[in-house]
Amino acid sequence: MLAKRIIPCLDVTAGRVVKGVSFVELRDAGDPVEIARRYDDQGADELTFLDITASSDDRGIIFRIIEQVASQVFIPLTVGGGVREVGDVRNLLNAGADKVSINTSAVLNPQLVADAAGRYGSQCIVVAIDAKQTAPCRWEVFTHGGRKATGLDVVEWAKKMQALGAGEILLTSMDRDGQKNGFDLALTRAVTDALEIPVIASGGAGNLQHLADGVKQGGADAVLAASIFHFGEYTVQQAKQFMATQGIEVRL
Amino acid sequence: MVDVAVVDYGMGNLRSVEQALRKVCPDAEIAVSDNADVIANARRVVFPGQGAMPDCMRELDMRGLRKIVLEAARSKPFLGICIGLQMLFEHSAEGDTAGLGILRGDVLRFASNQHDAQGGKLKVPHMGWNQVKHGGHALWQGIDQDARFYFVHSYYVQPQNAALVQATSDYPQPFACAVAQDNLFAVQFHPEKSQSAGLKLLQNFMQWNP
Repeated sequence: MLAKRIIPCLDVTAGRVVKGVSFVELRDAGDPVEIARRYDDQGADELTFLDITASSDDRGIIFRIIEQVASQVFIPLTVGGGVREVGDVRNLLNAGADKVSINTSAVLNPQLVADAAGRYGSQCIVVAIDAKQTAPCRWEVFTHGGRKATGLDVVEWAKKMQALGAGEILLTSMDRDGQKNGFDLALTRAVTDALEIPVIASGGAGNLQHLADGVKQGGADAVLAASIFHFGEYTVQQAKQFMATQGIEVRL
Repeated sequence: MVDVAVVDYGMGNLRSVEQALRKVCPDAEIAVSDNADVIANARRVVFPGQGAMPDCMRELDMRGLRKIVLEAARSKPFLGICIGLQMLFEHSAEGDTAGLGILRGDVLRFASNQHDAQGGKLKVPHMGWNQVKHGGHALWQGIDQDARFYFVHSYYVQPQNAALVQATSDYPQPFACAVAQDNLFAVQFHPEKSQSAGLKLLQNFMQWNP
């Protein structure tokens, strides 16, 4: 049976892994290559790197990090942040990424998703959606690291991205991100029910029960978490063992 | 003469395949190449691929590599991966595309609205780590029954000759995820992204003398 995936997320800036609360207040969490290796040893199913570098000067750093990780870690690697054109997708794939995550640029230019999926295949195009609740059971898409409202409805937007060729949706609740009080399960469920493609739940995991809830109640195909792993509260292996006791299929 | 050539026809992340081969065979000479001579002279050939079948077939032909791939698949240890498995068959439902026709059978799309044993909706693409039930072929040596490999695909192969099937996985019905014929072995999953089990399969391939 297909296993539900656990994906540690590494937010990278200036060559270091950092972690913020609700997209601000960054805290240093260590060297990306070292951390990637540790999560691989612990049985992570994939790794996601988000390049949160504000200036384009430092773009070269993420390529070097991905190259180093890809030569040592043999599980799928997703890279996102600052992807603006099909050439960016190509450069990240060439550096060793298996999937590329597109967020703000998908809103500014939806055709980019279609072009990138057409050229490299849907399997490597992840559309990241930052969602904020605006009314009961209604969420709006935000861009630019959560700073800009778009007026787009999250569920409708996710369906459009699927239709344009996205292979997977990385769904982050901005309200929950870094709060450690659990995923937004209603949001996750609304999106997973509306789509044929896999959905990764993100934003808010603070303990192992939250991860299990994301799968069982949210219907997520994968769960993404950062702080609970970075600061040593839990290992990926502990998370998987816990999920297994809850009857969730995992790769142990 | 290189030890192994990875056929580069412009599709997919070939670096991953190269890195994984380098990991299991640090001393081997590995070429990622679109050069027909290099591929023709290589001791072994890996035929990978990602993306849509019509694009892959077109890119292969644009580089004039069809003949050399057909020859390699009939004459030396040959490993197809993902689309590199699907392209070996006669026909794919993806874009109604003719394949290389080395193996008889079709490539079909997973049905939508299927559910797993727990009632969960099965997404297409089939993406993630699934269990593999395998037979006694040399490339499975040292790999546990039901070991998990990383898959990402929306289409699967249906060989006409069931005897070619060397492994199956369930989604939710069993489908062929590895086939073999003489010097040829091909898998639907990505061994280069399947951690220790995947590296073991690649190592077995590099030592395989059919």
